[in-house]
Amino acid sequence: MEAMVDVRNVVRRFGSFLAVDDVSFGVGRGEVIGFLGPNGAGKSTTMKMITGFLLPSAGAINVGGYDVVADPIEAKRNIGYLPEGAPAYPDMTSRQFLNFIADIRHLDGPVRRRRLDLVIEQTHIGDVLDQPIDTLSKGYKRRVGLAQAILHDPPILVLDEPTDGLDPNQKHEMRGLIGSMAAEKAIIISTHILEEVEAICTRAIIISHGRLVAEGWPEAEGWRLGDLQVEPGRLDAAFRQITGAAA
Amino acid sequence: MRDLFAVFRRELGGYFATPLAYVFIVMFLFVTGIFTFFVGNFFARGQADLKAFFLYLPWLYLFFLPAISMRLWAEERKGGTIELLLTLPVGIGTAVLGKFLAAWAFTGIALALTFPLWLTIGWLGSPDHGVVLAGYIGSLLMAGGYLAIGSCISAMTKNQVIAFVVSVVVCFAFSVAGSPMVTSFFVGWTPQVVLDAIASFSFLQHFGAITDGVIDLRDVIFFISLIALWLFANAVVVDANKAG
Ligand SMILES: Nc1ncnc2c1ncn2[C@@H]1O[C@H](COP(=O)(O)OP(=O)(O)OP(=O)(O)O)[C@@H](O)[C@H]1O
Ligand SMILES: [Mg+2]
Repeated sequence: MEAMVDVRNVVRRFGSFLAVDDVSFGVGRGEVIGFLGPNGAGKSTTMKMITGFLLPSAGAINVGGYDVVADPIEAKRNIGYLPEGAPAYPDMTSRQFLNFIADIRHLDGPVRRRRLDLVIEQTHIGDVLDQPIDTLSKGYKRRVGLAQAILHDPPILVLDEPTDGLDPNQKHEMRGLIGSMAAEKAIIISTHILEEVEAICTRAIIISHGRLVAEGWPEAEGWRLGDLQVEPGRLDAAFRQITGAAA
Repeated sequence: MRDLFAVFRRELGGYFATPLAYVFIVMFLFVTGIFTFFVGNFFARGQADLKAFFLYLPWLYLFFLPAISMRLWAEERKGGTIELLLTLPVGIGTAVLGKFLAAWAFTGIALALTFPLWLTIGWLGSPDHGVVLAGYIGSLLMAGGYLAIGSCISAMTKNQVIAFVVSVVVCFAFSVAGSPMVTSFFVGWTPQVVLDAIASFSFLQHFGAITDGVIDLRDVIFFISLIALWLFANAVVVDANKAG
């Protein structure tokens, strides 16, 4: 499997605080990695380093063949990123916002129109296109954020809690959408909803206090998570056992 | 180039997205009008020129321009959109320049809307249009200097009020660098070269030279290099936040 994202011995400090402590993993095409861990574990910090918003204090990150520190622009072209909280310019309408992203992503002519139409349909934001983003509900804001992330059809997707704030129908839709894009992309999603991991992830990585404490993957019956054999629907208990013990 | 334009357009649109831009422009025109006609004794002087306007403009700039530049980066940091902007495939230099140019263009629009002043003096007498034009060019250049300072300072904080206050202070220092108020403080114990160096940073002196009607290349270069320097510092500050 070709590694699209390669995180090698990455460390991140904030002052003397160690937020990410020697984390390594790779993500290949066709994989959907569930990035799990308690609050403050370092999930978002790791994602910010992969997407080039923060520099690693040590270690190296390669994205689509480009080093994120040496070749940041090229690396960023390959990534679609939904930051935590789905930040977007509040005074713009969803349409203006997506057009701005399309400009920056150098989408033109028929391709531009096709991509815009498609992601608007996929994220169901057709009804709020001309509404200023600061008047959108949390769920709609998240959907606009996702539309922004997938607009240029990037080979790599980094989604920080993409289903947070979505209603059950939209959660279901979102999972379907991520699943449908999985085959030709490398996807990393962070989430606190473990049934989501079972539903769409091909692999799980658990970090706690900045350290990678367990990896997991689906098996014929249920999941394997670290040393644990987990029955279907019981990932929650296993997660608590692993991260509780590591604390 | 294309990215620069995209950033520029978004930022300029941001100014006009709220009524604030219009309030700002109206205020600016109102205040410049008051200073030119009443405080500057326009009618009593009986001169068909805009000397009074250009005399007070730097002092109005001191408060108006930091209000324009304060949001450039502080707002993005506060709202978290900076994470979006800096993870898009746009170079930091492009982002810094695009934002600055938007603020500069906005100021240019406000400045251009003072044209009734020019019309008025043209109607009342026969002004030297070359001198007035030089004054406007100088005003735009000086605005660029203030805005570049303000943009850099805006990148250092999430708080727009802090950005505003610090920018006013720094801009003030640059304005008065060559005035007697400052030089008298240094005179006597500082060598003349240092005095000259401090004075050479004075916005007012370079601006004054231009509004006298002479566009000296050295004054133009002064403002352009000052803008370049502060924008470079701006990019360094934004970049340093990554390593944080
Ligand atoms: N800019 C910063 N300065 C100082 N500390 C920070 C900074 N950003 C994050 N941290 C700290 O780093 C740790 C990891 O934070 P991070 O946001 O990566 O957690 P997370 O796993 O995403 O948590 P959550 O599930 O709550 O989103 C936390 O303790 C956080 O307080
Ligand atoms: Mg997080």
